[in-house]
Amino acid sequence: MLAYIIRRVFQSVIVLLAVGLVAFSMFRFVGDPIENLLGQERTVQDVERLREALGLNDPFAVQYARFLGRAVTGDFGISYRQSRPVSQIIAERAPATLELAFVSGVLALTVGIGLGVFTAIRRDGWAANIIMSVSLIGVSLPTFLIGILLIYLFGVQLRWLPTFGRGDVVDLGWWTTGFLTSSGLKSLILPSITLGLFQMTLIMRLVRSEMLEVLRQDYIRFARARGLSAKSVNFRHALKNTMVPVITVTGLQLGAIIAFAIITETVFQWPGVGLLFINAVQFVDIPVMAAYLMLISVMFVMINLLVDILYVWVDPRLRIDGRHT
Amino acid sequence: MSNLPDATRQGVEPLDRMEPAEVVQPSRWRSIWDADVTWSFRHSPVAVIAAVVTLTMILSAIFAPWIATTNPFDPASLNLMNGFSRPGVPNAFTGESFWLGTDDQGRDVWSTILYGLRISLFVGFMAVLFALVLGVLLGLLAGYVGGWVETIIMRVADVQLTFPSILVALLIFGVARGVIPIEYRDQMAIWVLIVAIGLSDWVQFARVVRGATLVEKNKEYVQAARLIGRKPGAIMLKHILPNVLSPVLVIATISLALAIIAEATLSFLGVGAPPTQPSLGTLIRIGQDFLFSGEWWILFFPALTLLALALSVNLLGDWLRDALNPRLR
Repeated sequence: MLAYIIRRVFQSVIVLLAVGLVAFSMFRFVGDPIENLLGQERTVQDVERLREALGLNDPFAVQYARFLGRAVTGDFGISYRQSRPVSQIIAERAPATLELAFVSGVLALTVGIGLGVFTAIRRDGWAANIIMSVSLIGVSLPTFLIGILLIYLFGVQLRWLPTFGRGDVVDLGWWTTGFLTSSGLKSLILPSITLGLFQMTLIMRLVRSEMLEVLRQDYIRFARARGLSAKSVNFRHALKNTMVPVITVTGLQLGAIIAFAIITETVFQWPGVGLLFINAVQFVDIPVMAAYLMLISVMFVMINLLVDILYVWVDPRLRIDGRHT
Repeated sequence: MSNLPDATRQGVEPLDRMEPAEVVQPSRWRSIWDADVTWSFRHSPVAVIAAVVTLTMILSAIFAPWIATTNPFDPASLNLMNGFSRPGVPNAFTGESFWLGTDDQGRDVWSTILYGLRISLFVGFMAVLFALVLGVLLGLLAGYVGGWVETIIMRVADVQLTFPSILVALLIFGVARGVIPIEYRDQMAIWVLIVAIGLSDWVQFARVVRGATLVEKNKEYVQAARLIGRKPGAIMLKHILPNVLSPVLVIATISLALAIIAEATLSFLGVGAPPTQPSLGTLIRIGQDFLFSGEWWILFFPALTLLALALSVNLLGDWLRDALNPRLR
């Protein structure tokens, strides 16, 4: 188990170094940093001085090491567009994205597992059939269309819910939260449904198919024969054994939620990191793009690592040889 | 026909591996008609409807200039007075009628959809083609050569798979924008899109082809080819490739749906097809601005087209996967 964890951590570090290399190459070779920092009026001496000051004359490896060193301390340079430190901009935007992702994740997990169990138990019921058909459409609908649909329905036609922004937020100094005001909570509803819907259908279909698989097994039949209540059989025996793949998929989808937040944030003009990234892509603000890439990779790699470890921990069969990759 | 005994069906090779009619088949058409895949197609109404919708869309995209009532990108044919015409209702100023309405600049929505469909399908097909060629070649190489070549290719694939493809496409797009001079950005946008979506999607192909190649390369026919001294390149392309293609076909179909949605998403986010060459995604982006003021048709019809296209290609892919999967027969 320990050897496995160490090997996985080692692999993760390598992945991060590779992503760092990509981010650094973007930073260094896409557009000229000097061009972006100095204006039109510049002398050759100015350029040379800045080049030396920024260390752009150093060997590639040295520059890369310096970039990594700074990135580790959270220094990603200055945004070309906003002329402020990238880390500061991201720190301002992060709470919005994290709150949105959190609510969507919880929504996807609870509703997804609930509906998955329901459709598996009432396999041929009309309600289960309707849920399954609707979920098929849910999977095919692109995220941004779901968002627009919700805006049109609840924002334009019914006028129940706000359709853009975070509403009123409470500033806690290092964190701004929308959880504490009613307009903040209302603003969360539509974006989090939009963001969580795809994951919800995915988890639901997965739980359903796993449940159907498990419910066919002998030990379930035996549990029923022992006269255990349906509730106990379904939840204590069956659901528990469907959890391994659900954990894996959910974990991996957590990363996807952060990434798909880009789309949701654009539709709802949600002032998070995703919107920041899209604007950076539009205006070729390389430091912001590089920082986003680094942050999201750290997050993804950590999630993957945790999921893999959790996987081995939850499923004792994988622990025996410990060589599971 | 429909009441063919099962044994006959199973004896027939799948469509892609079918030999020309040198066997005792009555005719080539007849053998295609009776083939497994065709049989299953004829008996799946969903697949037939999906295929009809997809084919109609492809044809309307190809013949857009002849079907469209106006050329929406020819400024001379536009009349600003026609702006915001409701679908099917004659315009209050000009009396002209547009059956799907017009947008703010008086462009006929029906025509913009046809031209948009063209861009969407073109980008989708080209991106999948790019991903397919790249993925299949790298997969063959990884599976057949093995060693460090395989390690590098599959490691890169694993790492890329951890990131959602939309994110990868966005990054590639962003970097390309930085590299391409500003005056060429709009012209190149379509090709950048194709490369970005294609590069974000090759992993699936590579993984499947590598897996199939690992199985195929130990079979007798490959050993025979090696024995008679064929070069590795020829063995990979002429001998192994034809035998690993049927799963590739399934992935390509599903990838097409994903690529069309990815393109629409990127264009919707404002980093895809430029307004001068709008795809369905760009049209939806434009239409979103008018949703609040009640001009729903500018958004609704392109969105419906996109949805129908993505859904039918998806359903076709699902059907193809089941039809080509021997375990489900």
